[in-house]
Amino acid sequence: MGENHIISVKDLTKKFGSFTAVDKITFDVRPGEIFGFLGANGAGKTTAMRMLCGLSIPTSGKATVAGFDVYRQTESIKKNIGYMSQKFSLYEDLTVKENIDFYGGVYGLSRERRKEKTEFLIDLLKIEEARNKLIKSLPLGWKQKLAFSIAIIHEPKIVFLDEPTGGVDPITRRQFWDMIYEAADRNVTVFVTTHYMDEAEYCSRVSMMVDGRIAALDKPEKLKEQFGVGTMHEVFVKLARPAA
Amino acid sequence: MPVAQVLLFGFAITNEIRDAKIAILDFAKDNTTREISNKILSSGYFMLYENLQSPSDIEPAFRKGKIKEVIIFEPDFGANLERDGKANVQLVADASDPNFANMVIGYTTSIIADYQSELSKGKTLPASINPEIKMLYNPNLKSVFMFVPGLMSVILLLVSAMMTSISITKEKELGTMEVLLVSPLNPFQIIVGKVIPYLLLSLVNTATVLVMSKFVFRVPIVGSLPLLIAESTLFLITALSLGILISTISNNQQTAMMISLGALMLPTIILSGYIFPVENMPLILQWISNIIPARWYIRIVKGIMLKGVSFNYIWMETLILLGMTVFFIAVSIKKFKIRLE
Repeated sequence: MGENHIISVKDLTKKFGSFTAVDKITFDVRPGEIFGFLGANGAGKTTAMRMLCGLSIPTSGKATVAGFDVYRQTESIKKNIGYMSQKFSLYEDLTVKENIDFYGGVYGLSRERRKEKTEFLIDLLKIEEARNKLIKSLPLGWKQKLAFSIAIIHEPKIVFLDEPTGGVDPITRRQFWDMIYEAADRNVTVFVTTHYMDEAEYCSRVSMMVDGRIAALDKPEKLKEQFGVGTMHEVFVKLARPAA
Repeated sequence: MPVAQVLLFGFAITNEIRDAKIAILDFAKDNTTREISNKILSSGYFMLYENLQSPSDIEPAFRKGKIKEVIIFEPDFGANLERDGKANVQLVADASDPNFANMVIGYTTSIIADYQSELSKGKTLPASINPEIKMLYNPNLKSVFMFVPGLMSVILLLVSAMMTSISITKEKELGTMEVLLVSPLNPFQIIVGKVIPYLLLSLVNTATVLVMSKFVFRVPIVGSLPLLIAESTLFLITALSLGILISTISNNQQTAMMISLGALMLPTIILSGYIFPVENMPLILQWISNIIPARWYIRIVKGIMLKGVSFNYIWMETLILLGMTVFFIAVSIKKFKIRLE
């Protein structure tokens, strides 16, 4: 396992009874990288990600996240990662300010720090008028950006995004990816699952999961070259076809 | 579900007495009293639980909560009846459940009246047995005395178990639970955080019910108030742990609601002895009622509030509630771990 790898995975396996959801996957992620974790529904993306987040204990194999072991140091991992799920995971009955305050508190930020962060985020997202509005009254795109900002409120080394752009229009998706780039510029490692193949093009490197295995892993342009096609979508179709 | 409900209602709601446990204190021990006792005990409505020896045994016998009535024959009962054509019998009933006490007394007096008319046949001087009735713990037979303990358990269960389970499953549904689980908070902190507001709310509820029942309905609190509060807190924790258990087995709010209402509220109202005495139910329902936490809590509350019993009389009920709580928490933890794996 390399010194400069922020996530290091070797032969990681997860079985549910006789079903193997994740089958001996091996990969490394470098700091500041945007690592795309692609695959069809049910290919094992979410299971793999849950293991890396310390939500699920692997059946076998090795993995470290931010230098911590996924078997024994899940608590330390949790302190060093941010997480955003496909459901956006904000409290709908709380206001923007209260949500920022709550999650800041969960991650142990001091009162002053939370105030600072609240002002900073409201300013950054240009949602001054929504400060005291309930989350449920906000447009989906705002919620999603806010959820991402909150996921990195404690300035983690890595942020895990589980299909963060589901059900969002293309323009908002584009804006969302701008935010991801900004985070990566600040040396936050981004680990993102998606099944939008156009988004795969934005990643530094992508891995393709098929039936619990990693079928391909490289830079998007290299993959396209390797399969002799023009888009990531075609790469995906070529890889997934044998499984279908 | 409807089948279960119909069966439950049909069998649980009976206004008949069957094998009600009674005690007899017989000062006379003559043929007449033995005949009356036999008549009463062979009627099918009553069952002899114990023979008492002295008046000081009466109160403790009731406190144990097993017997519903004590029949006391005066000394020289038979001789008095022979000589004066008059004799006294005292019927003492546990009126902490007023309806049931009324029925028990009604059945007993009619059996005695029956015996009296048999005895009087062909005699010039009619025999007269004079039953003197005493309603213990609730002399005015106020039904509110029965409802308050039941109401307390239903309200506490409703708020604690249902609200807890719904609020935890809501977090699961919205996905916020997942984010909390990924955060540095450990599961224990999350659950305690979810439960504390409801614990406080339910304590306020308990206090409100108690104050209302004392000052609006004039239900006495004969026993120790701290003991009552301690037992209520225990029941609250039982209900909360039940709520947590429900939330670990249900994935959305509807399921949690259905389980809370169908599997919890209904049996609690019907099988706990809240409205219908457990003793009258078919044996199988009596067995089922044993696993309903409210049944034990209602016995505790009635014991403390109306009978003024000390902890010595309710340690078993307390232990049962404690055991249930530990069981619910253990199962929840186990379920929770499986989910994480």
